[in-house]
Amino acid sequence: MDIFLQQIINGLVIGSIYALIALGYTMVYGIMQLINFAHGEVVMIGAMVTITCINFLLGHHFNLSGPALLLVGLLMAIPVSMVLGYTIEKVAYRPLRRAPRLAPLITAIGVSIVLQQLAMLIWGRNYRPFPAILPTEVYSIGGASITQVQVAIVVLTLLLMAGMYFLIEKTKMGRAMRATAQNPEVAKLMGVNVNHIISMTFVIGSALGAMAGVMVAANYDQAHAYMGFMIGLKAFTAAVLGGIGNLGGAVLGGLLLGVIESLGAGYLGDLTGGVLGSNYKDILAFVVLILVLVFRPSGLMGERVAERA
Amino acid sequence: MTEVLLSISGINKRFGGLHALSGVALSINKGEIYGLIGPNGAGKTTLFNVLTGLYQPDEGQFTFNGKDLFRKKPNVVVEAGIARTFQNIRLFANMTALENVMVGQHVRTHTGVIGAVFRPPKARAEEAAITLKAETLLAYVGIADRAEELARNLSYGDQRRLEIARALATNPQLLALDEPAAGMNPKETDDLKKLMEKIRDDGVTILLIEHDVKLMMGLCDRIAVLDYGKKIAEGIPELVKNDPKVIEAYLGVAPE
Repeated sequence: MDIFLQQIINGLVIGSIYALIALGYTMVYGIMQLINFAHGEVVMIGAMVTITCINFLLGHHFNLSGPALLLVGLLMAIPVSMVLGYTIEKVAYRPLRRAPRLAPLITAIGVSIVLQQLAMLIWGRNYRPFPAILPTEVYSIGGASITQVQVAIVVLTLLLMAGMYFLIEKTKMGRAMRATAQNPEVAKLMGVNVNHIISMTFVIGSALGAMAGVMVAANYDQAHAYMGFMIGLKAFTAAVLGGIGNLGGAVLGGLLLGVIESLGAGYLGDLTGGVLGSNYKDILAFVVLILVLVFRPSGLMGERVAERA
Repeated sequence: MTEVLLSISGINKRFGGLHALSGVALSINKGEIYGLIGPNGAGKTTLFNVLTGLYQPDEGQFTFNGKDLFRKKPNVVVEAGIARTFQNIRLFANMTALENVMVGQHVRTHTGVIGAVFRPPKARAEEAAITLKAETLLAYVGIADRAEELARNLSYGDQRRLEIARALATNPQLLALDEPAAGMNPKETDDLKKLMEKIRDDGVTILLIEHDVKLMMGLCDRIAVLDYGKKIAEGIPELVKNDPKVIEAYLGVAPE
């Protein structure tokens, strides 16, 4: 089996999930220069609601196929996350729109903690296994293997990204979003309802986040009330790596980070003579974050722009 | 028969201790080019910001086309039919010229989120109409060939034109231009003058702030002069030009 190819494949799978979540961070940042640290929790809630929903259907003997169950779960989780994202913005960020930047950052962390605790009250503190409803077929490419679920994750992510590109670049709402990101005052003068655009940004980001949450849970076969913290931080790193505020950058950063992490997990043991094992792979994401912040704070695809007043 | 389009009276605006506008009254008639001049710091841009809803005046009356616009938000003012450009150009720099003008039509179009995502025929038709109108407006101001260029890559003169096209996209009855000729060479200024006359002839009233007095004298139907937040003169250019108070404001001495 080819370890290198295998790690690249694993990296691209997890990387595409990072990218999906990173889109949520970067869209919000692009429009209001705010880092929505509660986004990871939206991802977690998406996963939890889906699992609960599937278990409920299984418990009540609905005779649905695995993918159909998953679809129903997703259709429940996405609206829940959308409403959650909308509410977070309205309750935690909108009142602080004119406050110094540090204030919404702190409420973001507060919201994140509240949601974690809430999730723990609802779903308990143990790992929730992802129901074994999905096909377990494995394909083999040049000595490496990829599961059907992983193929589905990559394909769905690509579709969602294409959809996002279309929405942002080709529709009226996307134009309004870009206009708001570049100059909210003038956008307002052009009749753009800036509050509405900001709400929509949160809603769309949260929908993507919910799907990403389900992907994470399906990929690792489990979910946990704290899962949003690490996955959120990594997706944030991906967004910074690509250039925060830049959608293409979020995708590139996500995929790169996934591959770096995955290769690191595969080779860290050999490289350090067994001192550090693959369980140290999380370090890599944050080493990347530090290196980017030191050497190219605007990210790979970010422009060097003057701070906006 | 002249018809009043915009009228303000008793407008006061203070910034802390600074009385930026005190008791300003003026009225703009339909179909004219109305100029606003005055020395630096006279309150021209402040008045402009009041008229376009960016600043809320402390006291006064403000009606436009029969509607009360006193202390109304910018989007309400735009919807009522007043569009503006900025002294320091404020385009959406990373969007194409065409997209800038398309955003300008936001205030007059209606497709919401559902329409944007599912694109029913109605939304598509509206999108096509928006694109067409944007192209028409770019041609109108003379930069049709720059449609796909990012706004920030346009020349300075073209950026000014684009800002005018974007303002026109909101279907205004009054177009307020804040120093549109600033930094332009004589050729560009002359082209701009022709453009403004064309806009006026097509039925859009123009309010103009400008330092280029020669341009103002040749272009405006009426001119108001502000000094220290007060209107010191108003009338046709010849009268204003010879008004002793105006000369004093500009030159600092009373003529003998």
